[in-house]
Amino acid sequence: MKFGVVTFPGSNCDYDTYAAVRFILGEEVEFLWHKSSDLAGSDVVILPGGFSYGDYLRAGAIARFSPIMQEVVRFAEAGGIVIGICNGFQVLTEVGLLPGALIRNSHLRFACKQTTLRVERSDTRFTSGCDKGELLTIPIAHGEGNYYDFRGDIDELERSGQVLFRFVDATGEVTSEANPNGSANNVAGILNSKGNVLGMMPHPERAVEEILGSDDGLKIFKSVRAAFATPHPAGQA
Amino acid sequence: MSAKFKQPKVTAEMVANHGLNKEEYRKIKEILGREPNFTELGIFSVMWSEHCSYKNSIALLKTLPREGEALLTGAGEENAGAVDIGHGLAVVFKIESHNHPSAIEPYQGAATGVGGILRDIFTMGARPIASLNSLHFGSPDNPRVRYLVDGVVRGIGDYGNSFGVPTVAGEVFFDEAYTANPIINAMAVGIVKHSDLATATAAGEGNPIMIVGSKTGRDGIHGATFASEELSDASQERRPAVQIGDPFTEKLLLEATLEIIRQDLIVGIQDMGAAGITCSSTEMSARGESGIEIHIDKVPVRETGMTPYEILLSESQERMLVCVKKGCEERVQAIFDKWGLDSTIVGHVTSDKMMTVKLHGEVISRIPSWDLVLGGGVPVYHRETKRPAYLDELAKLNLTDYDLSRDWNDVLTTMLASPNLCYKGWVFEQYDSMVRTNTAVGPGSDAAVLRIRKTDKALAMSTDCNGRYCYLNPRRGARIAVAEAARNIVCSGGRPLAITNCLNFGNPYKPEIYYTFSEAVKGMGEACRVFNTPVTGGNVSFYNEDPARAVFPTPTIGMIGLVEHISHITTQWFKDDGDIIFLLGNTKEELGASEYLKVIHGHTKGDIPDIDLAEEKKTQDALLSAIQAGLVKSAHDVADGGLATALAECCITNRIHVRGASIEAGSTLRPDCLLFGESQSRVIVTASPDNSDKIESHFTQAGVAIKRIGSVGGSRLEIDDLIDVSLDNLIDAYYLAMDRFMEKIETAPVTT
Repeated sequence: MKFGVVTFPGSNCDYDTYAAVRFILGEEVEFLWHKSSDLAGSDVVILPGGFSYGDYLRAGAIARFSPIMQEVVRFAEAGGIVIGICNGFQVLTEVGLLPGALIRNSHLRFACKQTTLRVERSDTRFTSGCDKGELLTIPIAHGEGNYYDFRGDIDELERSGQVLFRFVDATGEVTSEANPNGSANNVAGILNSKGNVLGMMPHPERAVEEILGSDDGLKIFKSVRAAFATPHPAGQA
Repeated sequence: MSAKFKQPKVTAEMVANHGLNKEEYRKIKEILGREPNFTELGIFSVMWSEHCSYKNSIALLKTLPREGEALLTGAGEENAGAVDIGHGLAVVFKIESHNHPSAIEPYQGAATGVGGILRDIFTMGARPIASLNSLHFGSPDNPRVRYLVDGVVRGIGDYGNSFGVPTVAGEVFFDEAYTANPIINAMAVGIVKHSDLATATAAGEGNPIMIVGSKTGRDGIHGATFASEELSDASQERRPAVQIGDPFTEKLLLEATLEIIRQDLIVGIQDMGAAGITCSSTEMSARGESGIEIHIDKVPVRETGMTPYEILLSESQERMLVCVKKGCEERVQAIFDKWGLDSTIVGHVTSDKMMTVKLHGEVISRIPSWDLVLGGGVPVYHRETKRPAYLDELAKLNLTDYDLSRDWNDVLTTMLASPNLCYKGWVFEQYDSMVRTNTAVGPGSDAAVLRIRKTDKALAMSTDCNGRYCYLNPRRGARIAVAEAARNIVCSGGRPLAITNCLNFGNPYKPEIYYTFSEAVKGMGEACRVFNTPVTGGNVSFYNEDPARAVFPTPTIGMIGLVEHISHITTQWFKDDGDIIFLLGNTKEELGASEYLKVIHGHTKGDIPDIDLAEEKKTQDALLSAIQAGLVKSAHDVADGGLATALAECCITNRIHVRGASIEAGSTLRPDCLLFGESQSRVIVTASPDNSDKIESHFTQAGVAIKRIGSVGGSRLEIDDLIDVSLDNLIDAYYLAMDRFMEKIETAPVTT
C-alpha cells in the first residue's frame, strides 16, 4: 500500500510523517506538493502538521484553496482514507471534510507536551489495533487546537460515535486539568460521518519510537494498514 | 527610488550621530584619500560599529583557544562554526544576542534573534536541528519584566514553532541586574554533510550577485549601531530600529537555500543580518579577496521613496546575498520561484577589491572592502581596565551572620519555588521541542539530546552562565560557566566537543566594565583549554546598561557534545526504587554567591565557589566512562541551589514517575552549606544495587571522590535529620511557582 504526505510550503511535520511511515511502519510513501493535482496513486493521504501557508490569517484558511486539496476532497468523498494531524486537522475543518473549527487554545498560548488520549472506539480504520478505552501517550504541539462547538454539533458527534480520541488524565478520566487547550468535551480527534476521514491534534508521528518517549502513535498507523488489507464493509466505520 | 539622489553634506555633527569618533573619522579620510559622502559615512558607521567590527573585543577574543583537529572552520571566519562528528557529517552551531531589540520590543526582538541565528546555520548548508536560548531577566515581581518575559517567550516560540525547528533547551535566570537590559541569547544547531558545507565568500570576476528572499523595507535601519550604545529613555524611540520577523518566509528561504547549495549552483552565500546588504557584500568580497559592485536600484523594495542609504542599511529579515556561479542564474531563479520567493541579480564580482555601489549607473559609494571588515581596516582597541572596587567589598562574607535555627523543609520548598530554581514549563511548553522527531531528551534535564538519524550517535547541547558568579568573580565565574556546561553534557552521556559564546557586558569604554570582560575571557580560555573545547565563534554584546546600572557580566556558553551511542543517553531523574545514590566530589563550606543567600537572605555577596579545573576534568572523564560502561542509571550535576535542590530535582523532574529518596550525607558542615552550598565538580549518580560496588571502585580507581549517600524509594525526600518532606509538597512548590508569578501578565508595554 502507498501513503501520500501533502507538503504545503509551511508544512514542517511532513518529513516526520514520511519517516514514520517509511522507516518505522515500513510502507511506501511519497510527498505530494501543494501545487500538484495528482495524489500519485496514494491509498492513504496524510495532511501533516505545520503552518501550511504561514497561517497568519487563520490556520488552514488558505490551504483549503490549494490544487492538492481539491484532489484530497474528491478522494475523501469517494471513500479514500484521509488523516489530518494538527495543522492537517485544521485544514480538514476549513475545507469542510470534518465538522467544527479549531480556535486558539483557551489559555492563548502555544502548548507542546505529552498528553494522554483515551481511545473511544476500536471498531474504526484508525484504531482497530487498540482496545476501546485504551490510553495512548502522544504529544501535542499547537496554538490553535481548541475544538469549538459552534452549533451544538458536538452532541451529534457524540451520538454518532465520531469522537475518536479524548484528552484524559493518567487514570483515563476526562478532567479539565487534562484538557490542554479548552476543547469541547476534551476532544482530541474526530471522524467524519462515513468514518474514512480522521482529524486529530496530537502528533502520532512523534510517538513511533521509544527513544522519542512513546511508540503509542504507531498503533494508529498499523491500524490504518490493517484496515487497508481487510477493507471494512461499506457503511461501517 | 528617485532617479537623482542628492547626498546630504557630511557635517561634524552627522559624524558624531553615526557613532564615529574624530580619530575614526580621520582614519576614514585616510583610507579614502578624501572626505566620505553621506552614503559612505553610513557604511563606515555600521561596519565599524561594535556589533559588526568587534573593535573593542577582538584583541582579547584572539587569546581564546580556537584550534582543534575536528574543527572544519576557523572561529569567526564563516557564518557559524563547523565541527566534524564522523560519518562524513558536521555539526554547525552558533549563539547570538538580541538584547537591545528585545528590551524595546520583546516579541519581535526575540523572534528576529531566532531567525537571524537560524539563517547563520542554513547559509552553511546545514539543516537546523535544534534551537536553544539563554534568557536573563529582572525580577518577575516587576510588571515590566513580566511583560518582557511574556513577549520574549512568545517571540521565540512563534518563530521556531512555525519555522519547524525544535527549541530543546535553555536557561531562564532572574535578577534585578537585568531589569532594564534583558539578555536574550539564541543558539542554533544544524547538521550538514562535509561535501555540502557552504562558504560566505564572493569570488570569480563576473559571477553574478543575487539578493534572495524578502523584499527590502525600512525596518531595522541602523540596528547594528543601536545595538552599540547604552539604553536610555530615548531608546523607546528606537522601536523602528527593531526588525519584524516572518518565520514562514524563513522556512521557504531555508528550503530554497539548501537546494541551491546541494545542487552546487553557488560560490558563496551570506545571511543579511546586522547592516544588511552592506555587511554581507563587504564581508563576502573581503573573504574572497575580490571586489563587489551593487546596483542599488535593482534591489527589490517593499516601499517607495527609499534612498540608497536606507536600502544599504536596512535590516529587513529573511534575506540572503548569494554569489552565483556564472551560468547557473536561471536554475537558482527557478528554485526560488518554486518556493515563491524573489531572487534578483543586483550586481557582480569584480577584481578591484572595492565595494562599489551604483545608482542608475552612477557611483555613489566606493570603499575598499578590506578596510571595512574585522581583520582588515577596522580599528582594534585595547581598552583600559580597572579592577572594580565592589569586588573586594562584596567578597566578604561572615557565615556567623546567618542563623541556623530554621525549618529546612520550608527553606527547601521556598528554594524550589524561587524564580531561578522552579520548573520552567511555563516557558518551554510554549516551544515546540519535538518537531523533526529527533529529540531524545527535551527541556528539563541537564542537557538536551538529539539523535542523529541513520547513525547510532546523538548530540548533547546546553547553554550555561551564572551571571551572579561572573559579577562577583568574573574570571572564576567564566571558568565555572564552561565547567558546568561540560558537566551537563557529560551527565547526559556526551563528550564535550566545542563551544560557541555570547559575551554580554556593559559599556567597554568604562574601565571597570572592561576589566570584567577581560577577566571573563581569560577564565573562559583557561577552562576551554582544560576541557579541549575550542571556541568556534560567537558574538559580543556590549552596552548592556542603562543609567542605573550595567547587567551582570554574562558570558554565555553554548556547548555541543557527542554521544557515541544512543544507549549512553542519561537523564537526571531517579529511575527505580532500591537504586543506590552516590555523590561525586566534595562538599565544602561554601555559601558565597549562592541562590540560598539570594532567595532566603536577599544577599548577592561572598566569594563564589572554588573550582579546580583538573579535578573537574578528571571527574567528568570518569563519569563519562562509567556511563559508557553501563554503570550509571541517572546523573545530575549539583549546581544552583546546592545538594538539597539537586536531590529534589532527581526525585520529581520525571513527573510521571516521581521517586523518593533517603539520604545520609553524614557531614559535619553547617546545614546551610551542606544543603544549599554550591561547591563545584559534584554530581549525583545512581546505580542498581548490583553495580554499586563496581561504580564505587570505578571512581575510586580514577581518583575521584565518591560517597554512597542513600537509596531511591518511598514518597518522601529525607536528608539526615534536616529534611523530611513529602514529594507532593515539593511537586506543588516546584511545578506551580512560575504559573503563579507569571499569571498576571500585562499585554501592553509597561514602563518602569
